[in-house]
Amino acid sequence: MYDVVIIGAGVVGGFIARELSRYKLNICLLEKENDVAMGASRANSGIVHAGFDALTGTKKAEFNVLGAKIMKRVTDELGVKYKNNGSLVVAYSEEELPTLQKLYERGVANGVENLQIIDKAKLLELEPNLTDSAVAALYAPTAGIVCPYELTIAAVGNAMDNGAELKLDFDVKSIRRNGDFYEISSENETVECKYLVNAAGVHSDNIAALIGDTSFNVTARKGEYLLLDKEFGTMASHTIFRCPTSMGKGILVSPTVDGNLILGPTSVNIDDKDNNETTPEGLSEIMSKTLAVMPKAPLRSVITSFCGVRAVPSTGDFIIEKAADGFVNCAGIESPGLSSAPAIAPYVVELLKGMGLSLEENESFNPIRKPAHLFREMSMEDKNKVIAENPKYGKVVCRCETVTEGEIVEAIHTNPKATSVDAIKRRTRSGMGRCQGGFCAPTVVEILARELDIPFEAVTKSGGNSIINYGRIK
Amino acid sequence: MRNIDLVIIGGGPAGMSAAVSAYNSGIKDILILDREPRLGGILQQCIHNGFGLHRFKEELTGPEYSWKYEQMVNELKIPVMLGTMVLDVTEDKIITAMNEENGVFQIQAKAVVMAMGCRERSRGALNIAGMRPAGIYTAGAAQKFVNIKGYLPGKKVVILGSGDIGLIMARRMTLEGAKVITVCELMPYSGGLTRNIVQCLNDFDIPLKLSHTVVKIHGKERVEGVTIAKVDKSLKPIMETAEYIECDTLLLSCGLIPENELSKGASITLDRVTGGAVVDQRRETDKKGIFACGNVLHVHDLVDYVSEEAEIAGKGAAEYIQNDGFNKNCDIKMTLGDCVRYTVPQHITSNENDVKIYFRVSDVHKDVTVEAKDGDEVIFSRKKQRVAPGEMESILIKSDVLKNIKSGAITVGVKLNG
Repeated sequence: MYDVVIIGAGVVGGFIARELSRYKLNICLLEKENDVAMGASRANSGIVHAGFDALTGTKKAEFNVLGAKIMKRVTDELGVKYKNNGSLVVAYSEEELPTLQKLYERGVANGVENLQIIDKAKLLELEPNLTDSAVAALYAPTAGIVCPYELTIAAVGNAMDNGAELKLDFDVKSIRRNGDFYEISSENETVECKYLVNAAGVHSDNIAALIGDTSFNVTARKGEYLLLDKEFGTMASHTIFRCPTSMGKGILVSPTVDGNLILGPTSVNIDDKDNNETTPEGLSEIMSKTLAVMPKAPLRSVITSFCGVRAVPSTGDFIIEKAADGFVNCAGIESPGLSSAPAIAPYVVELLKGMGLSLEENESFNPIRKPAHLFREMSMEDKNKVIAENPKYGKVVCRCETVTEGEIVEAIHTNPKATSVDAIKRRTRSGMGRCQGGFCAPTVVEILARELDIPFEAVTKSGGNSIINYGRIK
Repeated sequence: MRNIDLVIIGGGPAGMSAAVSAYNSGIKDILILDREPRLGGILQQCIHNGFGLHRFKEELTGPEYSWKYEQMVNELKIPVMLGTMVLDVTEDKIITAMNEENGVFQIQAKAVVMAMGCRERSRGALNIAGMRPAGIYTAGAAQKFVNIKGYLPGKKVVILGSGDIGLIMARRMTLEGAKVITVCELMPYSGGLTRNIVQCLNDFDIPLKLSHTVVKIHGKERVEGVTIAKVDKSLKPIMETAEYIECDTLLLSCGLIPENELSKGASITLDRVTGGAVVDQRRETDKKGIFACGNVLHVHDLVDYVSEEAEIAGKGAAEYIQNDGFNKNCDIKMTLGDCVRYTVPQHITSNENDVKIYFRVSDVHKDVTVEAKDGDEVIFSRKKQRVAPGEMESILIKSDVLKNIKSGAITVGVKLNG
């Protein structure tokens, strides 16, 4: 019997689990995929928004501004890369100027600090590669960038290091109220808990419906992205938005915290919530819209494209509330969900406390997690100390991102443990570079097979039937 | 920091040949660095034959060809550090590298030969839309799985791109029991050698669909199929011709990209077309004492030419060390005439010796004349029955011709006859 079960190991579920692990509780995270951060937390823009987009008074506005404020501390604790690069909402015509003014006023009302509207000269000084037709911009110096799956993996990992459990490949099929507790079942396993949190992202309406809550629904909205070679990561130094429309914030251009340039997302509502395929139309839309704002964007240097599915709630705001006895919805967390997650978690814990969950402090709670990128940022002397102790850190496996065997082995044995090639990629960046795993994939497969003590052909790209090889050759 | 006369980055065919050539030119203090556990580079996974016909007048497999050079390196006792990744090279020829035994270390070299080879264009760089399941590999990665690791990465295969590795893998996968359904090529001609089309596709009845591309990949966990379509003259897919092919694997053989990240770190000027360094006839880059050869300089179709080019670079590096620089008595630019995509070298800085100019054409043409001109004056001319982008061409410019260049430039072009 768990005290609390959280459905969904995305960034929201991960931070809730971590927040709960501050207390003496039995916690379990259920995830239907074979790794954490597999939904919207895997594929989004990675932006820590300043907080001027959401309407004043909404949960989105409240948690965004608060989340952005604490992001630096949280990422420091979790050993996650974070950069406070600031954002710009650019107006490309005089007609868009009132929108900038409206966003500015809303930002001030939401509590965003240091917002300012800058003129064309200042804008082009900040971003010299922008088109000359830019008119003015809303500059938000408090905005930042973070890697969304790195943050999620670290939050879940830290929760696990502090005692939380993680059950992967647990696709919730039914939830039954049995006296004072819930029984949550997948096809082949049932767990019980006193309190249940629904953080199932794009599927959170389906999970709520399992207890009869049909008060909202969640629409899946697809967003495709292009990622450019690190060589061009400095084409933009701020996160550059267009003026927003009802379908979102439009195509952005931003450096990533790992030094690439990211372009996207498109914005298309879809019926199949798991449809994360890219489309020729989507990719060319990103290209043409990027060229319109940054004519010199080096689109020949795309290293990969991907697609995320966002959870758009029918209510227009985050749904974070008690839905039944012992049951909390944390649903429809679309953008700015990544920015808000660290602030949503303590709020959810307070909600649970209000519902009767007793919180006794876990004295051994350690908020600090060792950074996955620790080795690569060391001085030559420190690296040599590590290599002398463990020579695997001297052997480069991924040449594009300079990832060593030592780091890959570490990812296999660190919470939440990597069991597939993609899981290694998200934790170490092996295969994330310009050759996209062409050289390192066979070696990563070999290391996974050895460390997990499974046959070479049993190693998968991403769990399930995503097999890489069909067995020995003739 | 160690001091070494000549450091060679990469122990594939280019690096080994450069080392042997430098040694035979009188430089003995040489070190070859390579990231793999043995010498030979990508040749080790090329177990098919067809190597060495020009160089050794016999037909060898990749490992056999490599072994010939490994033996020379061993006999000359040229030091080699394997499993060693070079992390950085500076303009001043300080090399930072790392391995399991020595950790991170630095070397000051008098001269450097860049011989890092190339990588394959990935799915991302090709912008193919669709899902991202398992079962999409570059042809070279599949070759490594089959020939080095001993595992079969696919059973029903579509290959995009008719580069040589793709053609070789079409045959290799077939021999291992896989069904290769088709090879799609975006261009109206193949990028591979004619002999590979005949021996790897025609002999196994594998259809080659020219002017076709993959527009979408299907399958959530493992590839379940691809949609292919014919492309128009501007290489845009004609969606009315779209066709679904059921398969579990997509292999990509869509071009090779010289791996010049280290060169960029050393601020070496690169040629936009080749993706490699801009070099003179000695294969010296615009950074003094740093040379480049092999597929890191421009992609070759035969390893025999890589060895030949690396010999030039090795000899150049040796001369550089012995004379503390070069006597450059001219600077003749190579300029591109009709139908020529690039030349190597890109300029000539000495007219003391004959210079062989390598080049690639931009399209397939029959009955042509290859011409080199100094202004309007033809200084070299040769008829050819056929030229193709997949087959590297060369011409020899004699020293006495070089001494008489008046315009400061030589233009290489291809004239269509008839």
